[in-house]
Amino acid sequence: MASADLTNIKSNRSFTKSSAIGKSRTITQAIVRGLCFICAAFSIVATVGIFSILFLESIPFFQQIPISSFLTGTKWEMMGNDPKYGVLPLVTGTLLITIGSGIVSIPLGLCVGIYLSEYAPSKVRKILKPILELLAGVPSVVFGYFALSLVTPGLRGGTEYLTQILPTLSPFFPEFRPANAAAGAIVVGFMTLPLVSSLCEDAITAVPKVLREAAFGLGCTKAEVISKVVLPAAFSGIVASFILALSRAVGETMAVTIAAGATPQLTFNPGNEVMTMTAQIVNVSKGDISRGDIRYQSIFAIGLVLFLITFVLNLIAQHYVRKMAGRR
Amino acid sequence: MSTPAFLNPPAHTQKRKRRNLFFQSICLFAAFIAVAILCTLIYKVVVDGVGRVSLDFIKANPSQMFPDKAGIWSPLVGSMYIMALTIIFVVPVGVAAAIYLEEFTYRKNRLVRFIQVNISNLAGVPSIVFGMLGLSLFVTVIGLGKSILTGALTMSILVLPMVILVTQEALKAVPKSYREASLALGSTQWQTIRRAVIPRAIPGILTGIILAASRAIGETAPLIVVGAVGLVTFPPDSLDDRYTVLPLQILDWIGQPKEEFRIAAAAAILVLMGLLIVLNSLAIIIRARQQAKG
Repeated sequence: MASADLTNIKSNRSFTKSSAIGKSRTITQAIVRGLCFICAAFSIVATVGIFSILFLESIPFFQQIPISSFLTGTKWEMMGNDPKYGVLPLVTGTLLITIGSGIVSIPLGLCVGIYLSEYAPSKVRKILKPILELLAGVPSVVFGYFALSLVTPGLRGGTEYLTQILPTLSPFFPEFRPANAAAGAIVVGFMTLPLVSSLCEDAITAVPKVLREAAFGLGCTKAEVISKVVLPAAFSGIVASFILALSRAVGETMAVTIAAGATPQLTFNPGNEVMTMTAQIVNVSKGDISRGDIRYQSIFAIGLVLFLITFVLNLIAQHYVRKMAGRR
Repeated sequence: MSTPAFLNPPAHTQKRKRRNLFFQSICLFAAFIAVAILCTLIYKVVVDGVGRVSLDFIKANPSQMFPDKAGIWSPLVGSMYIMALTIIFVVPVGVAAAIYLEEFTYRKNRLVRFIQVNISNLAGVPSIVFGMLGLSLFVTVIGLGKSILTGALTMSILVLPMVILVTQEALKAVPKSYREASLALGSTQWQTIRRAVIPRAIPGILTGIILAASRAIGETAPLIVVGAVGLVTFPPDSLDDRYTVLPLQILDWIGQPKEEFRIAAAAAILVLMGLLIVLNSLAIIIRARQQAKG
């Protein structure tokens, strides 16, 4: 910061130190600066805290369940005489929701981002942006209600209608249960759409105007300018937005808990009930389970997997963001 | 793109023009869908729940037995507690951290860059993981139990990265000349920050606080983990009382088999959305006024 260079001048400091008022002023300054530093450093404490707690609390779990059987087990059953703690069904449940949400949010979000940055007149932008912000601010629980009361009935009605007009194809249509992965994925896609659109808009707006003008000058249509010049130039930022949306979908909890169900099973059928890692954590937390219980310990093991997945995704996204910033 | 447009045969130009129009319509259509999603959602909730919203609904406590008389008083009070406490905890820390990162760092050295990357990472951590931090740290290690205080502290750590990032943006937007003028008059850096920079950045900081507040009343998952319960039939008296929040009450009602509870859930969603829309419009008004000032 250039302004700070001014205060860095040594003579300025010795000048303020010369008077008593000046001295108290520099002391105040030092104290405030120290306090502000502590606050900033607190974020590091939080990260270290999260990491160490997930790690420490899951150690007792891994002493009873070997890591290999946790990571490769295909059944998660906490009840009964022979409880099984295999995380795979939870991971595939999360994967199904995440991929499904990406199918909804990525193309829609990208197109909205293009519309906002390239086509929308400023009046439309002024209305559309707050609407998208509001959509981003709708609580997760509300999306859960939406999935249950509208999306799932819609999916069921849709397949019923399709079976009627195309009876030969009916074996290929999934049968949608009251709670199903598809509804969860769709609403999570809606939730992450504003994230994709606003980050894509930022990335596209950051593309220098010269590039557009050069392409127009060569006789390109607007669609050609966007698809062949602007989007490739904004590529890093756009990819970052996609990855961040997926990472958000992995960590999404309430809508998925309500919409996708509570049966951990290894399936890729979007009509089936699935349980995500986050939903499992909620499920255990809702019951009153004490600290020594293996079920209590198991949520920290799941939390560790969840944290690592989102952490890696975020690092990749940041890599792309930095790439974009570096090129500008 | 390989050949200039005027050399192409007319048929090709026609095709390109059509493709151009098609591309534009797709983008417009996507924007339309985004708006339609929000409208459908609001429409559905209003149709389901508007008949149920009344002063009695707000002032009655939830009840398992009488779905018709159940209200949202205790969860609403719980949400207000969580929101207020979160703001009280997070604003001083968040603003101070942002001031350090934007104003007190002469050159962005390694430590500052590390803190910055760390904050972005923290912002991407799933909310439920913060709940697990709270469960282990506040409930067990510090021994605050499953209280409102635990919930608010957990929520504060959750919204902290957002407050820091938004405040940093607000500070960045203050013109350099403000700082230079103040420093040239002989103020220390802290005086400059306090009297020249912060007053100018206040609207931006307020927007950040409002965003944090709306996040704090909308989030549910971390509170479930740190022990907010589904059904509490009386508002909390003190900070270590058991409590519930509005989204959690909604979750509870959605899970009930009776139709009346689903309607109550829709009505509670309406109240929650109403609160959020009020907060959001506040933020928009503040921003518009700031832009008008230039």
